Amino acid sequence: MTSDVMLKLEGIASAYGKIDAVKGIDLEVKRGQIVTLLGANGAGKTTTLKTISGLVRAKAGRVLFEGNDITGMPAHQVARAGVVHVPEGRHVLRGLSVRENLELGAFTVKDATLRKDRLEQVFAQFPILRTRANSDGSLLSGGEQQMLAIGRALMHGPKILLLDEPSMGLAPKLVLETMRIVKRLNEAGTTILLVEQNARLALRLAHYGYVLESGVIRLEGEAKKLSADPSIVQAYLGS
Amino acid sequence: MSIFDIFTNQLLNGIVLGSFYALVALGYTMVFGVVKLLNFAHGELYMVGGFAGFLVLSFLAPYLGPGWLGVAVSLVLAMIAVGFLGVVIERVAYAPMLSAPRLSILITALAVSLVLQNGMLTLTKGQYVPFGAALGFGGVKLGNLFISYNQMILVGVAAALMLALELFVSRTQYGRAMRAVSVDKDMARLMGINVNAVIAITFFLGSALAAAAGSMAGAYYGSLWYFMGFLIGLKAFTAAVIGGIGSIPGAMLGGLILGLLESFGTQLPGVGSEWKDVFSFSVLILVLVFKPTGLLGKPEQERM
Repeated sequence: MTSDVMLKLEGIASAYGKIDAVKGIDLEVKRGQIVTLLGANGAGKTTTLKTISGLVRAKAGRVLFEGNDITGMPAHQVARAGVVHVPEGRHVLRGLSVRENLELGAFTVKDATLRKDRLEQVFAQFPILRTRANSDGSLLSGGEQQMLAIGRALMHGPKILLLDEPSMGLAPKLVLETMRIVKRLNEAGTTILLVEQNARLALRLAHYGYVLESGVIRLEGEAKKLSADPSIVQAYLGS
Repeated sequence: MSIFDIFTNQLLNGIVLGSFYALVALGYTMVFGVVKLLNFAHGELYMVGGFAGFLVLSFLAPYLGPGWLGVAVSLVLAMIAVGFLGVVIERVAYAPMLSAPRLSILITALAVSLVLQNGMLTLTKGQYVPFGAALGFGGVKLGNLFISYNQMILVGVAAALMLALELFVSRTQYGRAMRAVSVDKDMARLMGINVNAVIAITFFLGSALAAAAGSMAGAYYGSLWYFMGFLIGLKAFTAAVIGGIGSIPGAMLGGLILGLLESFGTQLPGVGSEWKDVFSFSVLILVLVFKPTGLLGKPEQERM
């Protein structure tokens, strides 16, 4: 395999309960890229991410991260390896303040100075989080919670970010803001696998795209080509 | 004795009793927080903690004496030993049941309780066992109120342990991880937290606190019995529910409230001390009817 492939899925199949949600998919994310995984509700996007991060066990196939087989590895070890999954719905920890949520994002970072530096970077990037540092995380607005969820992932120092529907439930203005954040993170060097329902927007950011339908990859290609082909947009990406 | 003397006396008794309840209630509430299990074997860990303290003290007394030094060292060693026992119980009995229906694990907890109780019944042949501490009878007189040194030390140790726990939970990364696991296990995993390790730490701490209470009860009241954990287990459960199960400050508050209620309740005209359990459990019923989430508990939020 080539060294610039950071994450590689080979024939990954996994079930969610008794339902086969993902039925053997191949996917590659190259270092420094944004790759987007598109598809309708129930296509298997979230299950794919959960299989990578270890929350769902693969029934078949392999997940390779930087050349190492991480299939079946417990989720906390996958996270420690640098694969950081920001799940759908943000999952801000209620009962913990914004600051505690962020600090816990750096749970695996043992160096206190590094934790402090990262906290400063996150606060610099999302000033609202500094303002609300002592509020209960669950009391933030949807947009603020999304920033907290991303900031918390950055505290970890991810090699690759798995973002599941970061724009879900946000007002249109905040959707654009979120996408700008994703772009900025990528330009700063973070590799990103982005799951989105808003396909047009995702393809505008991404280098490469995959379209998932009923658990199989129907289509893949350069993001520009995918978004330029009207028949594809019509058939798979909705309006 | 004047009304005021009765009041201060019962206040003191209530605080002493409440300290025991609070220490045991903490384990209930912490375990419930992280694995959503009502660990009905928790009272037995108080009992085993008492016996562990007795065992250590009987080895150490020739060297350290049966006074507070000997008792303090026995208490610490009993806490560590019973802490590990708690972890073993979790691994052996509860961990395999975590994905099973809720009722199965509850029955498992009752079984663990029976095993510990009957194990100790067999070992002690049902006899009371003298703890073997000799703590003296000194104290301070404030007006008509006599506060023994033993009471002061007991309440002081309980308060120090609770403060240490509170600091651990609010200030350390592992304490925060414990709170994370109690609200969202999958998210905790994604943050790199080893959920099983956090569960083990929780069982260790909860069991160690119960053992501290058991050892102190042995030293304070003078004797141990294989059945001594049963009632305090129920009381601690009540205290945890009053405070709001899952809430650590709630368990402390609930324990104290319960201790005070029992101690004052028995002073009401026409109510003897044989009624104190009726008090506790009536309060439990009232709380469950009118404020099921307890004083400091938060309602469970269903996630989408």
